[in-house]
Amino acid sequence: MRIATTERTVHPVLIFWTIVGWVGFLVLPWYGIDEGFFRFEWLFDGYPMDTDHAPAAMLLAMGQKWWLAPLLLPLILPLFVLNRRKTEPIYAKVLISAGAFGFGWLIAQGFGIGIRGWSFDWLEALFGPLDDRQFGMGYGALLLASAYLFFFTQGIAARGAVNGDVFVVSSIGGVIAIVSIFVFFPIAKTLLAAFITEDGSYSVAVFLAKFFDDRIWALGCLFGGRCGVAWNSLFLAVLVGIITTLLGLVFALVVTRSGFRYKQGLRALTVLPIITPPFVIGLAIILLFGLSGSVTTWVADLFGIRPTRWIYGLPGILIAQVLAFTPIAFLVLIGVVEGVSPSMEEAAQTLRADKWQTFRTVSLPLMRPGLANAFLLGFIESMADFGNPLVLGGNYDVLSTEIFFAIVGAQYDQGRAAVLAIVLLAFTLGAFYAQRFWLGKKSYTTVSGKGDAGVHPQMPRRLSIPVYAVAAVWTAFTVIIYLMILYGSVVELWGVNNTLTFKHYITAFSLRLDEGGIRWTGSAWDSFWTTIQIATIAAPLTAAVGLITAYLLTRQSFAGKNAFEFGTMLSFAIPGTVIGVSYILAFNVPPIELTGTGIILVVSFIFRNMPVGVRAGIASMSQLDKSLDESSLTLGANSWQTFRGVILPLLRPAILAALVYSFVRAMTAISAVIFLVSAKYDMATSYIIGRVENNDYGLAIAYSTTLIAVMLTTVGLLQLMVGKTRIGRRMDHGSGG
Amino acid sequence: MKKHLIAPAFLALASGIGSTSVSAANLTLYCSAQEEWCQLMARGFEDATGVDVAMTRKSSGETFAQVKAEEANPKGDVWWGGTGDPHLQAAEEDLTEPYVSPMREQLHPWSIAQAESAGDKTIGIYSGALGYGYNTDLLAAEGLPEPACWKDLLKPEFKGHVQMANPNSSGTAYTTLATMAQLFGEDEGFEYMKGLHANINQYTKSGSAPIKAAGLGETTIGIVFMHDAVAQAVAGFPVKVVAPCEGTGYEIGSMSIIKGARNIDEAKQFYDWALSAEAQNLALQVDAFQVPSNMSAETSDKAPDLSSIKLIDYDFKTYGSSDTRKRLLEKWDNEVSVLPQ
Repeated sequence: MRIATTERTVHPVLIFWTIVGWVGFLVLPWYGIDEGFFRFEWLFDGYPMDTDHAPAAMLLAMGQKWWLAPLLLPLILPLFVLNRRKTEPIYAKVLISAGAFGFGWLIAQGFGIGIRGWSFDWLEALFGPLDDRQFGMGYGALLLASAYLFFFTQGIAARGAVNGDVFVVSSIGGVIAIVSIFVFFPIAKTLLAAFITEDGSYSVAVFLAKFFDDRIWALGCLFGGRCGVAWNSLFLAVLVGIITTLLGLVFALVVTRSGFRYKQGLRALTVLPIITPPFVIGLAIILLFGLSGSVTTWVADLFGIRPTRWIYGLPGILIAQVLAFTPIAFLVLIGVVEGVSPSMEEAAQTLRADKWQTFRTVSLPLMRPGLANAFLLGFIESMADFGNPLVLGGNYDVLSTEIFFAIVGAQYDQGRAAVLAIVLLAFTLGAFYAQRFWLGKKSYTTVSGKGDAGVHPQMPRRLSIPVYAVAAVWTAFTVIIYLMILYGSVVELWGVNNTLTFKHYITAFSLRLDEGGIRWTGSAWDSFWTTIQIATIAAPLTAAVGLITAYLLTRQSFAGKNAFEFGTMLSFAIPGTVIGVSYILAFNVPPIELTGTGIILVVSFIFRNMPVGVRAGIASMSQLDKSLDESSLTLGANSWQTFRGVILPLLRPAILAALVYSFVRAMTAISAVIFLVSAKYDMATSYIIGRVENNDYGLAIAYSTTLIAVMLTTVGLLQLMVGKTRIGRRMDHGSGG
Repeated sequence: MKKHLIAPAFLALASGIGSTSVSAANLTLYCSAQEEWCQLMARGFEDATGVDVAMTRKSSGETFAQVKAEEANPKGDVWWGGTGDPHLQAAEEDLTEPYVSPMREQLHPWSIAQAESAGDKTIGIYSGALGYGYNTDLLAAEGLPEPACWKDLLKPEFKGHVQMANPNSSGTAYTTLATMAQLFGEDEGFEYMKGLHANINQYTKSGSAPIKAAGLGETTIGIVFMHDAVAQAVAGFPVKVVAPCEGTGYEIGSMSIIKGARNIDEAKQFYDWALSAEAQNLALQVDAFQVPSNMSAETSDKAPDLSSIKLIDYDFKTYGSSDTRKRLLEKWDNEVSVLPQ
C-alpha cells in the first residue's frame, strides 16, 4: 500500500531496537536488583564487576552463566540486514529467526535454571548436576526480551502480514506477549491444580470426580431443595447483567436525551457506587434491611408483622450488586448512546416514523454493541464479585466465595478451587460467545467522516415516563445508602451508639505540625499514600493497554483474533482470589520475581482492569466509520499517526471510562490484593478489612468515606483533563452548533 | 504540553515502588492476629532488639495459602498468631521449621503439648475457649430464656435464632464440630449437630461473623470463640458471653518459623521473645482477650476466666490432622448440612 516506505533501506525502528538489545546485553545489570526496580544504589556498589549487578556480557567474560552465551547470536544477526530492503526475503527471514530463537532461548533458560540449579529433574538427568543457579531477571533481560520480540514482529511485518504495518504487528506481538506472561501463565499454573492427585501426579479422573460434584451441579432448588453453586452463580449473574444493563441505559438516556437539568449531579451519583469499597454497601444494606434494620423494623411495626431475615441470600446480593455494577453499564452505554448519529434518527423521523418507532427501530438497534458489552461486564462482575456475597449471601452460596474458602478455609483444597474456577470460566466463555452471536456481523457504524449535524431527539413520551420513574427511584435509593454511610462515619458506633463524633477521622487522618514539617500521625496515612501511588501509576497504563487492544480488535484482522480477544477478558473473569494466588505461584520464583514489590500490585491491576478499557473501546470504536482511518491513511499518515490523531480524540468517552474505572478499581479492589500486599505496600482496602474484622466499623467507614471523596475529586479532574469529544454536532438542544 | 507535565510526575511516583527493603538485621513477620496487636508486636520487637520488622497482617487461612504458594522461595520468616489448625496443617505439609525454644519451661502445658504433637514445628502463644454470645436486646424482645449450656441451643424456641460458621470454610466452626465429637462422643456429637442444624438461621463463611451479626442484631445467638464475643461486648454492642455448662473445646493460637526463612536467626530471636511474659503482656494494651501461654504473663480482667470454664482435653494431634478433618467434614456435609431446616 505504502510502497514508498517499504523501499527504504534505512530502518530507524529496527536500529532503535537493535541498540536497545545491545544496551540490555552489554550495559545494564542482567538480574533483578534486590533493592528494587527503581533504586539505583547498584551503580555505586561494585558495578559492573559484582556478579549480582553485572550485565550479561560481563558475566560471560568472567566465565559465569554460560547459558547466556547463545543470546549473543540473535543480537548479531540483525546487524547484517540493516542495509537490506524490507522487500528482500532475507530481511524477513533473518529477523524472524533471530527474534524467535532469542526470545525462545531467553524463556527456556529462565525456566530451566532457577534458584536451585536445574528446575526440572529430567534436565538434571540429561546434563548432570549444575552447581550454579540464577535469580529473577532484571533490566538487561527486560530490554533484550523486548528487542527480540520486536525483531520478530518486524520480520513478520516485512513478510507482509497486516499489510506490512509495523505498528500494528508489533502492537499485536506486544499485547500477546504481556497477556501471555501476566494472564495465561499464572492462571494456567493455578488451574493445573485441578488435575493434581493427592500424591502429586496428574490425572483426569481426579478432575472429573471433583467437577461432577453434587455441591456444584445439584438441581434441588427446582423441587424445593437446594441448588449447586454453579446454578446459583449463573442465575444471579444473568439477573444482575440484565438489570444493570437496563438501569445503565435508563441513566444514559436521561443524561443524553432529556431536558433534565442536573445531569452532572446525576453522573456523579451513578458513579458513586463504583468508587465505594465493597463491604460498605453491604453494611449499609444490613443496617437498612437486615433483621434489626431501620426499614425492616419500620415496615414490621407498620403492618404488625414479624421482621425477617429476608435480605440474606439472593435478594441481598442482587440489590448490592446491582447498586455496585450499574455504573459500569452506565459508563459503557453513555459513550454509545451519545455516539448514535442523530442524522439517522432524523432520517427516520423525516420518513414519518414517530418518536417511539424511531427509538425502537433505529436508536435501540444501533445501541446493541453497548448493550451487549454492558451485559457482559455486569455478568462477569457478578460472577467474580466476592465482597457482597460474603456479607449478604446468607445460605445462597456462589462460586466466588466457594473458591475463596476452598483456598483459605478449613479444607485447604486448591484442587477444588481450581475446578470451581474452571466452571466459572466456562460460564464467562459462554456469555462471551452468546454476546458475539447476538451482535452478529451487522454494522453499528454511525460516526463517519461525512457531515453529521443534528441533535438527539428527546425520548418518546412512552419511554420517558418509565425512564424517569426508574431513575428517580434508583437515585433516591442510592442517595439514602450514601447518607447512611456518611452518617455511619460520624457516630460512635453505628447502629448502637449514635453520638456524633469526629474521632474516627482523627484516628485515621490526624496530622501534627512540628519543626520537622508535617507529621502524618494518623494510622491510615501509610496505606492511603501507597494506594494513591499505585492507583495513579496503574490507571494510565491500564487505559493504554486496553485501548490499543480494542483498536487491534476492531480495526485489524489477523489470525487467532477470537482467541486473542478472549485472552484479554480472561483475567477479568476470574475471581481476584484465584488471580492473587496464581500471581504468588507464578511470580515468587525466577525468571520473574515480583512478590513483595509494588510492581506486582500495579501489574495485577493493569491486567484485571484492562478488559473494561477493551470493552469500552470496542463499543465506541465500532461506531467510528472505517473511512475515517482510510482517509487518514490515504493522506499519508501511518497507522500509529492515525490511531493518535484520528481515533484517540474520538474515543475520549472510552478513554475516560477506562481511566476512571482502573483508577477506582485499584483503590477499591480487595480479593486479589489480599495476597499481594506486603509490609511495605499495604493497600487501603486490606487495611479497611482488617478494621472491620476488629469491629472498628466507624474507622473503616470513615476511611472509606475519605476514599470516596478522593476518588470523586480525581474523577472530576480526569474529566477535565481528558475533555469532551466534539463529534461535530450541535451539543445542546436549541443552541446551534 | 500536558504530556511534559505528566511524565516527570509519573516518574517521581514510579521511583517509590518496586523495592523490597534490605538492610542489616531484618525480620519479615506474617501476622494473623488483629491489626493493632500485630503492630504492637512488630514495634515491640524492634524496640527490644533493634531488628527491623516488616509485618504483613492476613487472616490465618490467607497466610497459610500464601506460605504454601511461596514454598519454593519463601519470603516470610515467622508466622505469628492465628488459630492453630492452619499452623498444624503447615507443619504436616513440612512448610515450617522445627525449633525448641529455651523459653519452653515458662509455658503452660497445653502449649507444649501442642508443640510436641506437631514435631516442634509450631507452638502455642495464646488460647481461647469456644462458647457463644447472645444479643441481650433481641433475647429480651423475643422473650427467650437465657441459654447457659450447649444443649439449650437445641430447644425449639431458638429455631432460626442461632448462627454459626460453616466448618468447611472456617476453623472456628471446625473446632465446634471437633469439640462436639470429643465432648459427647462422635455419634452423639453428630446427633447434636443435626439438632443444632434445625435451629441455625445461617452458616456464615467467616468464623467470627456470627458474633458480629449478633452485635448488629442480625441474629440472636452466635457460636464463636469467647474472646471474640468479649471483644464485641467491649466494643459496646449488647452482647453477653456464655461459657457452656457441659464444658467446651478451645483453640491454641500458634506461632511457627517458616521453612527456608531468610533471616533464621532473627526469626528464632523473635520466637523466644514472643514467648516471654513481657511480650505476651502487650496483649493487654490492645483488647485481646485470649489467655497467654506464658505462665507468668497476665490475662485481661475482662477475658473469660479459663479456670472457671470446664475445658475438655482437646486432642490436637487427632483432630488437627488432615485425615480426621476431611472425614469429619465429609460426614457433616453428607449427614448434617443436607437435612431440611
